[in-house]
Amino acid sequence: MGDTLLKKVWDLHTVRQLPTGQTQLFIGLHLVHEVTSPQAFDTLRANGWKVPFVDRTFATVDHIVPTRERTRPFLDVMAEDMMASLERNVRDFGIRFVGLGDIRQGIVHVIGPELGLTQPGMTIACGDSHTSTHGAFGSVAFGIGTSQVRDVLASQCLALEPLKVRRIRVTGTLPKGVYAKDVILEIIQRLGVQGGNGFAYEYAGDAIDRMTMDERMTICNMSIEGGARVGYVNPDDTTVEYVRGRPFAPPAGEFDRMATWWKSMASDANAVYDDDVEIKAGELTPVVTWGVNPGQSIGIDDKVPAPAGASDPKAITDALNYMGLTPGQPIEGMKVDVAFIGSCTNSRLSDLREAARIVKGRHVAKHVQGLVVPGSATVAKAAEDEGLAEVFREAGFEWRSAGCSMCLGMNPDKLVGSQVCASSSNRNFKGRQGSPTGRTLLMSPAMVAAAAVAGEVTDVRELL
Amino acid sequence: MRQISKMTGRALPMRGNDIDTDRIIPARFLRSITFDGLEKHVFEDDRKSAGGPYNRHPFDVSHFQGAAVLLVNANFGCGSSREHAPQALQKWGIQVVIGESFAEIFFGNSGIIGMPCVTAAAEDVAALMDLAEREPATQFAVDLVAGTCRAGAMTVKIALPPKMLEAFTSGAWDTTGMLLDRFDEVRATASRLPYTTSGPV
Ligand code: SF4
Repeated sequence: MGDTLLKKVWDLHTVRQLPTGQTQLFIGLHLVHEVTSPQAFDTLRANGWKVPFVDRTFATVDHIVPTRERTRPFLDVMAEDMMASLERNVRDFGIRFVGLGDIRQGIVHVIGPELGLTQPGMTIACGDSHTSTHGAFGSVAFGIGTSQVRDVLASQCLALEPLKVRRIRVTGTLPKGVYAKDVILEIIQRLGVQGGNGFAYEYAGDAIDRMTMDERMTICNMSIEGGARVGYVNPDDTTVEYVRGRPFAPPAGEFDRMATWWKSMASDANAVYDDDVEIKAGELTPVVTWGVNPGQSIGIDDKVPAPAGASDPKAITDALNYMGLTPGQPIEGMKVDVAFIGSCTNSRLSDLREAARIVKGRHVAKHVQGLVVPGSATVAKAAEDEGLAEVFREAGFEWRSAGCSMCLGMNPDKLVGSQVCASSSNRNFKGRQGSPTGRTLLMSPAMVAAAAVAGEVTDVRELL
Repeated sequence: MRQISKMTGRALPMRGNDIDTDRIIPARFLRSITFDGLEKHVFEDDRKSAGGPYNRHPFDVSHFQGAAVLLVNANFGCGSSREHAPQALQKWGIQVVIGESFAEIFFGNSGIIGMPCVTAAAEDVAALMDLAEREPATQFAVDLVAGTCRAGAMTVKIALPPKMLEAFTSGAWDTTGMLLDRFDEVRATASRLPYTTSGPV
């Protein structure tokens, strides 16, 4: 009987069993940002604790940063306060930090992989639930709260309960116009927003094997939306080649030895899983959410559900009312006011390329505000160099600087009133995009681009 | 740390499955370097949408002010890892949450700040909610060791993973001290990792 990657990584990083029955797990990489860390640093100060593994800690700023006017001090005094606090904390504790103006700055889940900080076989933690993104490399990555950020800063460890593993095999070939985002939205819809509670999701199958690292990151990113705190893909040659040559990758002389070790951490062929699910890629269509959680989604050709006969009719009625939809209405043709391409789910170069391909030679509909926010300053530069920024600008999109932007309402980019936003982000909760009555439709970046051009939800397959 | 085993007070029913942390505390209130004052903004946007038997949001109903027990349905606290959500509830006065199920990160974040999340059967949660709405003055007595919640004439079973229960009752629910306890073992683990020998990341 073989082992899963989760078990191998877990065992290797186990310090000891704690009296509470939890496992004390060493964390190989701790990523820090401005929102969930200030109170943690304060506790360290109050107790006279240091950060013992500063060489395994790395900080950036992403959630609160404006994506347009970035001169300091920020207009928002609270954002300025958080920024200044992070700068003081990294200085006082000796933590490496990439701030505004640094080409390496960006959304924490975009820059970790981009810089080669994220590596297979590692344990990773960050005070953000989408830390699952890093699992795309075959690392085991946990989203944590502020008290756990304090724990990792002070001890480089977490106290954790063991996880079960569900393998999700995506088999066959994705049809044209259907993307990694559609796959993960479909998985969440089928298994439910709490289906992954207590599980790590291992994404496998030939469709995943053929995916690029960007695509695997999109899938792992949204594991948490299905209730799974951890999601991962076994490391293979695609993983190895992605990491090779990145700023923090192992140096050339040691790279091959590390690559061999990385691949040895993949789940064994005869590993046993607590659950096993298959998704047939060939059956998928572009997916759009119609409701107020990421599991409330349908295919572009489908109609929004009716409460009658549903397992939780009240939840459906509530979501339909909030979204201003009627049961049985097609989702195609729903008018949108804002189109947002960005967030840690879909703001990488390949996402921007695919969206640009759709909008090239077309124009954003008159009533739509289009926003493209690259995931990092590095992505922004690459997109500018290859002319993508120009394509977006010509099509009538605003081209912004790197940050979380309209994914959540913590910076100047927000929906207004009950605007409808076609969004490549990961959460459609009520009020998520900054307006208490704002409405979010999650979809792939290509579908967002299509919606921007059409002014309404539309089938991207017809524009390809 | 403080030992946690018994909590008594009135209960506040917050109905609905999949209540996410963006609803519990909207992101704009995370623009702060402390947790102070979060209680003022619990469910802030949600409270604008009236509903329920009082045609008001439960957190605005006068009988429920000062409640110590929060009653919830399934997958409470899903979404963002913001500890601001349990912090806001705790600062508002909630000492224990009873629900059908909890999202994992919320469950952990609540535990680590000393606000246990305990599970109960769906029928029992429904009965407790009905009781709290019908007779809001009822005292709910939660006993983690006995594994019960007594309210009026009812006694329902509540559950907590056994080791977690031990942590609360022994006062060992604050983890940092425990993790720092045998730090030589942490260093030993770090030094045997293949990737730590290839220099700092
Ligand atoms: S882009 Fe959105 S989901 Fe990702 S880290 Fe930023 S706020 Fe969180």
